[in-house]
Amino acid sequence: MPEELPLFDVVVIGGGNAGMSAALTASEAGVRVLVLESAAPGMRGGNSRHTRNMRRISQAYPEAEYLADLLKVTGGKTDEQLARIAIRESFPAHAWMQAHGVRFQPALGGTLHLDRTNAFFLGGGKAVLNGYYAAAERRGIRILYNAEVTALNISRGVFESGTAIQNGEPLNFRAKALVAAAGGFEANLEWLEEAWGEAARNFLVRGTPHNQGKILKALLENGAESAGDPRQCHAIAIDARSPKFDGGIVTRLDSLPLGIVVNRNGQRFDDEGADLWPKRYAVWGRLIAMQPGQIAYSIFDSKVRGLFMPSVFPPVCANTIAELAAKLELPVEETECTVKRFNQAVIGGGFDHFRLDGCGTQSLDPPKSNWAQRIDAPPFFAYPLRPGITFTYLGVRVAESAAVRMRDGAASPNVFAAGEIMAGNILGEGYLAGIGMTIGAVFGRIAGREAARATQH
Amino acid sequence: MERRTAFAPSDVAYFANLCHNCGECYYACPYTPPHEFAVNVPKLLAELRAQSYRECARPRWYGAGVALPALALCLVIFLAGTHENAPAAGQFYSVISHSTMVAIFGAATIFVAIALGASLMRFAKGPGASMDSKAFAQALRDAASLRYLSGGDSASSARRWFHHFTFYGFLLCFASTTSAAIDHYLLGLRAPYPFLSAPVLLGTLGGIGLLAGPAGLFFLKRHRDPLIVDSHQHRADAFFLAILFLTSLTGLLLLILRNWTAMNVLLRLHLAVVLALFLTMPYGKFVHGFYRFAALVRYAFEAASSAGRKAV
Repeated sequence: MPEELPLFDVVVIGGGNAGMSAALTASEAGVRVLVLESAAPGMRGGNSRHTRNMRRISQAYPEAEYLADLLKVTGGKTDEQLARIAIRESFPAHAWMQAHGVRFQPALGGTLHLDRTNAFFLGGGKAVLNGYYAAAERRGIRILYNAEVTALNISRGVFESGTAIQNGEPLNFRAKALVAAAGGFEANLEWLEEAWGEAARNFLVRGTPHNQGKILKALLENGAESAGDPRQCHAIAIDARSPKFDGGIVTRLDSLPLGIVVNRNGQRFDDEGADLWPKRYAVWGRLIAMQPGQIAYSIFDSKVRGLFMPSVFPPVCANTIAELAAKLELPVEETECTVKRFNQAVIGGGFDHFRLDGCGTQSLDPPKSNWAQRIDAPPFFAYPLRPGITFTYLGVRVAESAAVRMRDGAASPNVFAAGEIMAGNILGEGYLAGIGMTIGAVFGRIAGREAARATQH
Repeated sequence: MERRTAFAPSDVAYFANLCHNCGECYYACPYTPPHEFAVNVPKLLAELRAQSYRECARPRWYGAGVALPALALCLVIFLAGTHENAPAAGQFYSVISHSTMVAIFGAATIFVAIALGASLMRFAKGPGASMDSKAFAQALRDAASLRYLSGGDSASSARRWFHHFTFYGFLLCFASTTSAAIDHYLLGLRAPYPFLSAPVLLGTLGGIGLLAGPAGLFFLKRHRDPLIVDSHQHRADAFFLAILFLTSLTGLLLLILRNWTAMNVLLRLHLAVVLALFLTMPYGKFVHGFYRFAALVRYAFEAASSAGRKAV
């Protein structure tokens, strides 16, 4: 017989930034809250544990500029009503986080130049979660670890009960309202392959292996309307030697704009200097995913080494381009030829990697628009690159109350969604650094408040 | 990371001793076990600190095994004469003559000063190790106030207080000895000194600090998360704390019982413990204070230089 949990007011599935924001907000509204977290305590909090900052409005970064940035990266593919809520509420969310154990610090120098637009967490995302969980324990919120929800019983848009597996044992739970904050499906390799084909096999998953998309699937199967495209995701270039899951921030490579990037044929395939790196880094996951074998190589010379944050693996190093290509198992002549052609096309000028310096190439296809310097100072270095998928955008459509919209158009009276599982409403495509945490905190708080209210009816 | 993106081997000892071991990074790091990277920064830095103590210790032949033999030797030397005729109440120098004490402790002090100086030189030299008087003054302020232990977490706050007790307790004891030397040589006053004299007052206050501080630090050490400590250092750390504690305990008992016949044994015991403390200083945890301070000086210098660069 499965264990039966007592009836709770609100059950929150997923104990990341969105889930804990919802749980704390609901608890403070005076209702009894249960959090079901699929990971063990040391790995709790989904992808929030790998985050470092949150984009938020401030005096230096007004609402209009934030919205303009979002419209630019998404190409207008955003629910503007929801986007405006996320942006406007990012200011009180920032203060609310501070009141719930989250400490902020000035941005680290040498990162993606984000200090004006983003607030950095002291200690990173895991410290944020530690703060939330400590606050939740003080409030008496019930938290179950290693509890993976496997089924939801939703009848005509109304949540009634669900089943989880905790440490191998089935567990039935009931609540008057549900907050789904269980992330996307980026760790579900079969689902990725459905969307991306065989190329998905070469993707590395930057975050938690627990984001299997089971709750997302359960909601969609129970009549929730979808938002976003299953092929859209936040994916960046990470070190090809990274682990399959959970490599996190230290595998990210920021060397790309300082040199050239070639595919396994030794050929360049995109403009490495198209825009400032923070606005551009999120493009490279997709670009590499479209290359043969889903692999690429960032090549640079000793002039620029030390201008970017080092990553966890040392670069491959050689005294000539030919030797470097051989070490990388690239076609040697083709790679040498690519570097030579690139070097000949460099115009030169005042190199400055902190701004668009206009140091480009001429008559080169594809061009490099900024930071083009000859690759001629040995030793030469390279990092092998793979697409590192951070999170997926396919989610459930929500109303302004974070209530899940059903395909018949009505909003569910007691099912709410927050975080990555509904981020596709706002992120149709593209990515803006730190907006994932904004969406999680803002809609987590809204979902918690509204779920608590729903229990009163 | 903001000041350097490449790390030389000589930076490692510097970083290890710059770490004030709050342990917060372990709980905030997403790569701690069970993550496959299994990063454990506090433990690693603790091991590197121990390594820096070992590698910088001068003279080289002076080693890890010195602590217990040194204590045993000192006890034998001083207790050997216990059977001799009982001294008059409070007459320390009838137990061991003043000139013998001066000879033994003078030699020990010179040895410790040279050994510690050489060790510190060894630690502080290396590329990038520069300083100026401003950095020195800043580091002095930081060390005196234990600035980096006032981060707000309760564990650090307790460690800060017990460090203060230990450090200032030690300084007061040092001041007590110095004032006694002044009394003896300049003012011609001979021990034992009255309760309301500088040596006794300073020594008593310092002694209380050296009881509370090491006891508290030992307690905190026992209750620290075993995941983040380097268990190989337990013995050396415990020895250092114990010998500080015993120095104070025997000293205070000596003060209370100085007019009893037990004074004979107590004085010998106290001197033995103090000598053992001296002889183990250059090797044991005592160097932590010096290396930490040297690291703070270098940090203050680097911070000021990079702030200067940013302002340009």
